[in-house]
Amino acid sequence: MFQPKKIFTAATFAVFASAGVSLSAQSDITVAMQLEPPHLDPTSAAAGAIDSVLYSNVFEGLTRFASDGSIIAGLAESWDISSDGTVYTFKLRSGVKFHDGTSMDANDVKFSLDRARAEDSTNAQKALFSGITDVAVVNDTTVKVSLDKPNGSFLFNMAWGDAVIVAPESIEGIKNKPVGTGAFTFQNWVQGDRIELSRNPDYWGNQPALEKATFKFISDPTAAFAAVMAQDVDVFTGFPAPENLPQFEADPRFQVLEGSTEGETILSTNNKMPPLDNVKVRKAIAHAIDRQAIIDGAMFGYGTPIGTHFAPHNPDYVDLTGNSNYDPELSKKLLAEAGLSEGFKTTLKLPPPSYARRGGEIIASQLRAVGIETEISNLEWAQWLEQVFRGKDYGLTIVSHTEPMDIGIYARPDYYFQYDNPEFQSLMTELTGTTDPAERSSMLKKAQRIISDDYVNGYLFELAFTTVANAKVRGLWKNAPTQATDLTGVSWAD
Amino acid sequence: MRSGSFISGVLLSALVVIAAGISFLWVPFDITQLSIPDKLQTPNEVHWLGTDHFGRDILSMIMIGARTSLAVALLAVGIGFFIGVPLGLVAATKKNSIIDEIIMRTNDLIFAFPSLVIAILITALFGAGAMNAIIAIGIFNIPVFARVSRGAALSLWQKEFILAARVSGKSDLRISAEHIFPNIANLLIVQGTIQFSLGILAEAGLSYVGLGTQPPIPSWGRMLADAQTMVSFAPHLAIIPGTAIIITVLGLNLLGDGLRDLLDPRVRKSRE
Repeated sequence: MFQPKKIFTAATFAVFASAGVSLSAQSDITVAMQLEPPHLDPTSAAAGAIDSVLYSNVFEGLTRFASDGSIIAGLAESWDISSDGTVYTFKLRSGVKFHDGTSMDANDVKFSLDRARAEDSTNAQKALFSGITDVAVVNDTTVKVSLDKPNGSFLFNMAWGDAVIVAPESIEGIKNKPVGTGAFTFQNWVQGDRIELSRNPDYWGNQPALEKATFKFISDPTAAFAAVMAQDVDVFTGFPAPENLPQFEADPRFQVLEGSTEGETILSTNNKMPPLDNVKVRKAIAHAIDRQAIIDGAMFGYGTPIGTHFAPHNPDYVDLTGNSNYDPELSKKLLAEAGLSEGFKTTLKLPPPSYARRGGEIIASQLRAVGIETEISNLEWAQWLEQVFRGKDYGLTIVSHTEPMDIGIYARPDYYFQYDNPEFQSLMTELTGTTDPAERSSMLKKAQRIISDDYVNGYLFELAFTTVANAKVRGLWKNAPTQATDLTGVSWAD
Repeated sequence: MRSGSFISGVLLSALVVIAAGISFLWVPFDITQLSIPDKLQTPNEVHWLGTDHFGRDILSMIMIGARTSLAVALLAVGIGFFIGVPLGLVAATKKNSIIDEIIMRTNDLIFAFPSLVIAILITALFGAGAMNAIIAIGIFNIPVFARVSRGAALSLWQKEFILAARVSGKSDLRISAEHIFPNIANLLIVQGTIQFSLGILAEAGLSYVGLGTQPPIPSWGRMLADAQTMVSFAPHLAIIPGTAIIITVLGLNLLGDGLRDLLDPRVRKSRE
């Protein structure tokens, strides 16, 4: 005879048992961040928010950034570099599958790289791929990439979120339904609110400890504070209100991670707009700025002063802050030399983050002290991209450049600050062709000096990366070597 | 009772107006000079109301902020008054004509929108700034004045002295200007006072969302917005501008009530 009652009891027990397990080791996490991605294709937009959600979680490249900023193997297990430095032969991991079940092989790598470097490519960082002359499929797990000349940073370039491997089968809908090879699969995107990921059972590498991850987007600093305090979110990466951090530090429920970023926060200057096209005027602006006051006033002490466009934690960094020390008297003298002893008026357009809004008010006050009047306008990101970044209709703006090793943007005369210096451009071309680490290092140092001596922009400070998390969360990235929230190594302490 | 609310209204409003007036000549500290090391002080003997997150003296900011609020509200109410009242008077002379319909239905249309939301839309479209805030708030004052003046004028048109003026050959326009307007002025002053306090609230609201007065000009609304993330450890940053707004709005409303009691002949008559 059947004994339905017993079966029922057993089933109930099983349910309770599994519930008990999930209580003792939490396996889902809610991560909040300020910006929501505009869409979900990291290979066709500059928006760092896309990488913040998807990098390493959903999409992977041939190589990848480790939490300390070093480059480690990704989908490529190993690689050989030809003796002349122009041919990279990547050996791919075998058995890697995309989330839609199709296999990841050499053809996908060829497809991804060719797509990124194509004439009509919409990749935001096309320069990463510009040296590639050919991508050849040797066999299923071997790809040969040929370069026009040696490129010392090629493996670094391939680790960028813009260089992740995508599949021709799923490229169509990638902006709304990203299909990658990572440890998490994309589940759902409720626009304006959250993106949900879940563990990929077929992942080629180690299974992550988390089963589910939810990314929530909270742009308002006050709401961010409330969400963390109420423990609605487990982690807030890039917490927007530094003034609240001491409170979290004092609260045993939370941990505050203060790390470095690749975010050079600069007073971007329109180098083509008079009188800012005059190096003396830019130098005057640089000497009128008191960095420490900005760090203390806008960031409540979080941030490291910089004197050039380079991350201070990088071994090649040169401390050039002395080149533009706070000296308002010198500023006035320089303005007089430039024929502007009466001062001048320009615009200061500020995007939403508090480093820009608060930093802008402080800089406006410091510039006013030497006779430069700024007309402040507060813009939303969309307006900022439209007017400043694309339209180049601005005098000054404040923004943090969060891409790693992005000094190369100064070699692009059509970039929004419109710095056009052939010497710098040829140095960058030379740098790309150099593989010797010592030579590269001295070139990078020279590059930092050139832009510092030309006072291209006002160099303010390196953004601190502050993460507030539940005290029990382990394995979060402390630093932000690239924009990413790598959850593959994140777990809950018991 | 009557004099009580009127006098407190006068006193509170005078406090704000005087603070704004003095700020033209003198403020305790120069607020264009930020002094980061002095930031976030609680009220003390040097900074009577403390300092903000940039080390600026809050008392000085409140005084200059009063100026901003009053100026924006005054201009906005001015727009409403000088456009709305003539429209209302014209509509009253042409009662039930097509002109009356067009004027009043357009006013209804504007009136039907939630004013602050549309003000946000206007400033978002045409750019944030004090001038656009003034225009946006002003537009929503037009139907208020138009309705009040039309309603009051209509009842006057029935009066004998208006009939006498018509018989003596005065044009509608002249009657409106010479007889109607002076007789509804009291009502409009009362309405203006109320609108003035709403204008101050609207300016604070727009500045709070970042669409009103732009930095570095201080505005109470923006002071509130800036204080938002710091309320948990520096509550005075929010309490002080908040109190300033309350004092102003309360003062103007009490003043408006008092003025109505004082000026409205019907109320006066009933009391006598």
